[in-house]
Amino acid sequence: MSADPKRAAQFTLPARLLHWVMVAMVVAMLFIGVAMVASLGSYHALVSIHRPLGIAILVLVVVRFAVRLRGPLPPFLATMSATERRLASASEYALYALMFALPLVGWAMLSAARYPIVLWGSWHLPPILPHSPWLYAALRRMHTVLAYILFATFVAHLSAVLFHALVKRDGLLRRMLPWRA
Amino acid sequence: MPKEPTASSESRAASSARGHALVRLGGVGAVLLCVVMAFAYAGGWLSPHWLTPARFIDAFERANGVPPPAGFRRNHAKGVCATGFFESNGKGAVISRAAVFAPGRVPVVGRFALAGGQPLAADAAQNVRSLALQFRLADGEEWRTGMNDIPVFPVDSPEGFFDQLVASEPDPRTGKPDPAKMAGFLAKHPESARAIDLIRRRAVSSGFDNDTYNSLNAFRFVNASGVSIPVRWSMLPVQAFEPAEPADPAPKNVNYLFDALIARMHRGPLQWRLVATLGQPGDKTNDATIAWAGREKMEMGTLTLDSIESEDDGPCRDINYDPLVLPAGIEPSDDPLLSARSATYSESFRRRAGETKAPSAVTPEEVRR
Repeated sequence: MSADPKRAAQFTLPARLLHWVMVAMVVAMLFIGVAMVASLGSYHALVSIHRPLGIAILVLVVVRFAVRLRGPLPPFLATMSATERRLASASEYALYALMFALPLVGWAMLSAARYPIVLWGSWHLPPILPHSPWLYAALRRMHTVLAYILFATFVAHLSAVLFHALVKRDGLLRRMLPWRA
Repeated sequence: MPKEPTASSESRAASSARGHALVRLGGVGAVLLCVVMAFAYAGGWLSPHWLTPARFIDAFERANGVPPPAGFRRNHAKGVCATGFFESNGKGAVISRAAVFAPGRVPVVGRFALAGGQPLAADAAQNVRSLALQFRLADGEEWRTGMNDIPVFPVDSPEGFFDQLVASEPDPRTGKPDPAKMAGFLAKHPESARAIDLIRRRAVSSGFDNDTYNSLNAFRFVNASGVSIPVRWSMLPVQAFEPAEPADPAPKNVNYLFDALIARMHRGPLQWRLVATLGQPGDKTNDATIAWAGREKMEMGTLTLDSIESEDDGPCRDINYDPLVLPAGIEPSDDPLLSARSATYSESFRRRAGETKAPSAVTPEEVRR
């Protein structure tokens, strides 16, 4: 905690670094995902990024959740109402759940379709489900729905942060800045 | 961080701060709108004329007229499964480090099919035939390929393919493609007119068993030293070529080509030689309408197919023969058709995977007979 009571303490350094690295990865992933299913010429190039990037997110979100459970959390700002605090917590858990579920569903659906899950060169992951077109169809749909929910949750999170940073100007963003602020 | 105006400021200052807050609120809205619009743009929702995999498969479905029975591939819909193995002679290891080209055997799940999206269409000798293969490498890697028995591909781009599909849509009045539309397509795509002429003049074999299947698209083989060369491959039949009968003297059984393949396979295994055609410097790898004649060839091994099954209960039914499922050592070329094939095959698979498959033309009973 900072000595200055008006100054919000920051998340731990690993938490902040993981946050910003994953912002770049998840936002890139959402745009790649929605672009590749609408693309012919760039489809293969985009899929070849989408698969390993998704698995990297799966690994990092597990690490990040461990960091989140261990590290001390900065307190909520005084400017946030009880409802806003509940919403903030709920959206945080929703983001964790989605960042974990989406790559896992992706891996599972490719397994059910028996697509080799190639990460790089001959390096690939084993299937985690039996070969089943029915499972593939269901998981493929779920992957899309979860991705739209993740995008909506990301937009909601971004709106809240921008509102605090630009309109309320209460220093909320400082808690997550990568440098000491 | 700039200081907020204090509560003790004059009302004018407070009102101006409120004004600024509104402007900033507008800024937040603008940023969010940009993010959402960028997402919508990337997904193609703002560009209804983009050629997407879904619109491509819609065109396949329209070109086939009546809605096809559920659960079938949207193209090459009528087929049978055939399994066996590929025995590599080891020579290919010089040009590709893919494990499939090391000396030894690799199990293969294949599928013979007729081009077109109608799974119950009657067999016809002139119809394009295909052989799709899934090579199952020891460590879980795979090589999938879809080959056709034509010398060149009729189009050189996804746009050309789409134009051809639209031109072959049946006219609602006649139920047949409009010849004027097809003429318009050929005028717009001279490369296709040349390729289709080559395809029409090909020697048509009597059946699936003595047919030659070609990759058509170019790929790149990369060896252990990292040297990459352009390659097309073919499966050349060990069975002697016999020409198809010039004209149909009498109406044939709707499955006569498949039935002949089944009968032949029950007599003994069928074999093909995998031959790579090595591209020369300067060969265009992005134009599948042009034949590579007089190039160096390399025989890399022998494919043996010794078991045949109906697609209804066969192992090929649930395989998407995506030509870009490649092992390390085989890479896509710059041919734009490859990524487009991968995208549209995936869309076709996505649709049929969610449907309950209707019975195939070639039934399990017919194969066991």
